[in-house]
Order: sequence, then C-alpha cells, then structure tokens
Amino acid sequence: MNNILVIAPILLQLFAGTILLFFWTKTQIQKVLSILFSFLSLGLGIWLFLLTWKDGIQFTHAGNWAAPFGISFVADLLSATLVLIASISGLAVSIFSVGTMREERLKFGFFPIMHFLLMGLSGAFLAGDMFNLYVWFEVVIISSFVLLTLGSTKSQLEGAIKYVSLNLLASSLFLIGIGFVYGLTGSLNFADVAVKLSAISNRGIINVTAGIFLVSFGIKSAIFPMYFWLPASYHTPPPAVSAIFGGLLTKLGVYALVRTFTLMFGGDEFLGIMLSIIAALTILSGGLGALLQKNLSKAFGYLIICHIGFMVAGLGMFTEVAILGTVFYLFHDIIVKTNLFMVAGLVLKINGTQDISKLGGMYKSYPLISILLSIPLFSLVGIPPLSGFWPKIFLIQGGLASEDYFLIAFIVLGSFLTLWVVAKIWAEVFWKNAENLPVKASGLYFNQMSKANQSMVIIPIIFLSIVSLYIGFAAENIYVLSEKIAADLMNPQNYIETILGIKTILP
Amino acid sequence: MEILLIIIIGLLHAGGLYMLLRRSMFKIIIGLILLGNGANLLIFLLGRLVKGHPPVLPDGAKIFAEIYADPLPQAVILTAIVIGFGLQSFAIILIKTVFKVLETDDLDELNSTDEEI
Repeated sequence: MNNILVIAPILLQLFAGTILLFFWTKTQIQKVLSILFSFLSLGLGIWLFLLTWKDGIQFTHAGNWAAPFGISFVADLLSATLVLIASISGLAVSIFSVGTMREERLKFGFFPIMHFLLMGLSGAFLAGDMFNLYVWFEVVIISSFVLLTLGSTKSQLEGAIKYVSLNLLASSLFLIGIGFVYGLTGSLNFADVAVKLSAISNRGIINVTAGIFLVSFGIKSAIFPMYFWLPASYHTPPPAVSAIFGGLLTKLGVYALVRTFTLMFGGDEFLGIMLSIIAALTILSGGLGALLQKNLSKAFGYLIICHIGFMVAGLGMFTEVAILGTVFYLFHDIIVKTNLFMVAGLVLKINGTQDISKLGGMYKSYPLISILLSIPLFSLVGIPPLSGFWPKIFLIQGGLASEDYFLIAFIVLGSFLTLWVVAKIWAEVFWKNAENLPVKASGLYFNQMSKANQSMVIIPIIFLSIVSLYIGFAAENIYVLSEKIAADLMNPQNYIETILGIKTILP
Repeated sequence: MEILLIIIIGLLHAGGLYMLLRRSMFKIIIGLILLGNGANLLIFLLGRLVKGHPPVLPDGAKIFAEIYADPLPQAVILTAIVIGFGLQSFAIILIKTVFKVLETDDLDELNSTDEEI
C-alpha cells in the first residue's frame, strides 16, 4: 500500500536530533527530551509494525515517480519489525545513558548524535533502493565514528583508527558493488534489480558482484576473517555507546546480507557453500576468542562475532526454516546484546573494573542485581525456555532438512562455547570471593550515584530483560512472525509485485 | 576512452590497496581516498559512456530515438563524492588527534587497551 508515513520513524529521529542540537550545553533538557523522543519513536515503531502486520507491505516512492525511477522506501514485515526493535533498544540506551554518561561527554553532543545514528538505522532498514541503503549506511557510520571517539581517550582513539579505516574500506567496496549492479541491470531499486538479475544468464559475473557485497557487508557485520576491528574498538567507548553499537550496528550488516542474499543473489549453490564455511569459521573464532578474554566487554565483543556466525549459517543453508531461524535470532540478538553491554557497564560502575580475574563477589554484595543480570546472560546461552534457545532449534532443524550436518556441528559447538564463556563469567564475576579493588578517585561508582541515577541504570536492564523473557516465553508469537517473514523472504514475488506495481514471473 | 578509464580505475585501486596495507596512518587515509575515487570512476564507466547525446528530448519527440547519456550514475557519483568528502575529513581530523595524543604514526604501536570507569 502506498503510504507516505513509512518515513515517519526516520523523520522523527531527524527531528529529535535537530531539536537536541539547540540544547547543546543544557544537558538536563537533553536528557528529558531524548527519553521523550525515544518513547515517541517506540510508539511509531509499534504503529508501523501493526500497520504492516495488518495491511501488508507499506511503501512510498519519492515524488510519486513509479518504482524503478523514484527512490523507494519499503516497510515489509522484516523492516518494520527491525525498526520496532531498534526503537526498543534505542529507548533502553537513551535511559541508560542518562544514568551513566558523564556530564562532559553529554556536553559534546552525545544525545543528538545518538538520535542521528538511530535515524540512519531506521533509514537503512526502510530503504528500498541500493544507493539509498548506501547513504543510510554512511549516516550510521559517521554517527558511530563520532560516538566512538567522543571523549578522545587514548584507547578510544586507537580503537577508532581501526574501526574507521575498515568501515571506510567497506563503504568503498559497497560503492563498487553498486557500480557493478548498475552496470548489469541499469537499476538500483531492490525489486527491479532482483527481476533483472534473474534474467542474466552469465551467473559468474553475478557471483562476483555478490562476493563484493559479501565482503562489504561482511566487514560491517564482523564475519570471519573481517572481524578484527570489532574486539579492538567495541570495549573502548562508554558502556551506553557500546550497548547501542553491540546491539544494532553489526546487525545492520546482517540485515543487509539477508536482504541482498535472499532478494537478489538468493539460491546460488556456490554462494551457499561460501556462506556456510564463513559461518562455521565465524562461530569458531568468535567463541574461542571470547573464551580467552579477561575483559568483560571484550568477551562480549567476541560473543557478538560468534553469534553473527549463527545468523550467517541460516543464510548459508537457505531453506525456509533456516531463514526463520536467522530472522528469529536477529530479533533476539539485538535485544540481548544491547542488554549485555549495559550489564557490562553496570558491572564496571559497581566495581570500577571489567577485568574478570579481579572481579568477584557480586552475588554476595548485590544479590538482586545479580539475579537480574542472570536473565540476559542465560538468554544469550539459550537455556530453555529463554530467548536464545528457540532460534537455534530452527537453525538446527533447517540444517537437518538440508543435510548440512557440518554446520549443525558448528552451531552446537558455538552454543557450547557460549555456555562455557557465560559459565566462566558467572563463576568469576558473581561467585568468586571478592578482592579488594583499588578505588579510583575520578570514578563515578554505582553506590555514589543518586537514587534516581541508580534506577536509570537498572530500569533499562529490567526493560530489555522483560523483552527477552517475552521472546522466550511467548516464542510462539515470534515464531509466527518469523515464519511469515521467512516465507516472504524466500518467495519475494509479492515484494517485487507490490513495489513495481506489475505482475512479474521469476524463474 | 573506456580502455583508458579501465586502466586508471585499476591503478587507483591497486595504489589504494597498496597504501592501505602500509603501517603509517597517514598513508591509510591516502589509500582510502584513492580507493574512493576509483570506485566513483568505476560507477561512471559502468553507467556507459555516451558522447554528445544529452538526456534531453528533442523538440516534438515523445521518446528517445537513439541511445542517450544516462544522468543517474553522475547523480550517484556526486552524492558519493560528497559523502566521501565528509568521511575523509573526519578521518583526517581523527589521525591528527591520534597523532597528538599518542605521538606516533606507526599502526604497530596502537595496541594498548586500558579501561576507565
């Protein structure tokens, strides 16, 4: 259905960011406004999701020019759900940063840039045009550069150099891929490109184009062997920034992979094998990397990589059940990873360090908080019936159906490694006897915070834990949703016909 | 003309990748700029080069009778140049700050990780 309001989530974030710019030094007003706008954007996300659920794909073409000519914005069920989940994460991070961010960082425009980042994310999820997707990617990375370097500490700058240079390389490759697609089809609209690519008989050149996109999105989503920037940079910024990065940025790469490799390059055997091998190695290197880390945030950074492998594995199997698993995992992963980095932030605020060999005794001194923190940690592992369990079932089911026993072995191994890492973290941080840690004079510790600020740190963790519990205990609802999305992704006929407004026959 | 562009694009990419693999931060930025320019020229080339046929309808005609220059790649390149410009200026400021704080240009020395509360 043609509906101009599809772009409302983007416009709201743009408006929020712009308004916040006017209160550059007035951080108190910024805090209130940011939370307010995040609630509004959550409302818009729910509205768009319900509309898409009820009436099918919503889209708009710029200037009312019909599809391949006007730039399209498309909200199909996958996009709408991701916009909703991004706004849930955004709300949590907004509240969390009110509690934890230092005043001097807020004065350098943390909140406006966070809203510009969320604008870029919504735009990327809603883009129906390849070049438009590129532009939104750039909006996202330039905002993330600023968020990453805000404060300019030594470690942040070191992480930023690696992050910035590899992301710029990925953008260049994306642009090269766009050039190839335009040369092959003369179009940039996803639906139009899908139709025209399927008519090209020379599959070799299409596979090369797909390979360029795989490397470009692969760098952004941190798959093997292009993940080195992630553990080098994600633990350096303040916890609130890590939370939004860990939850959403790599998942944007996964979304782009899912979108292009189902709609445009779907079903190719060679690409399937490539994706499967990459997925297996990503799971292995992420899991083993996490096992070695002593820093809590760094371990979580490696776990991001490990779990990106699960999603890519589903894409490599390329059956409807496996894609269902990928999509389900994507939803679960955004919520849980955002929450995990907030957990790491809370541990840092309580103890003043994230070194797990020095930490200890959290369960003794903060029993209630520890039980709360166990929810995201064990959701991550996927202890049934928590949220990580269900998507893995579908991934393994998909693997059995397509006889990818090799990938199933790696998925099981990845789950086991995750369990090992989380068990180690649980034993070291929560159960082990506490050491006397040196108290840093400059630090803002949890027990020195005001009651209001303390609750601002705890509430978002509770909020996202409830969401993950919902995904776990009401898995049936998410299953029905993911099944519908997977069916749409595997049979893009409806998507293409809706956008182009014509009947087409895909081979 | 196509052959010339292909050679230039190849050289830009080769030079860009070579510079990216160097240890100096400054050379990485140069490499990224070269690579970006290579990508822009690539889009220009793949959008088909047509000489002397503007995408404007002649008087009285309803459709294009012959092949015409496609304006879209140029619009795409223009956008990409502007975006690339913004990103590159950020990257340059970043290496300047890094150089000021760490007093080194050598990437091999950027391997410390410390924490803050």
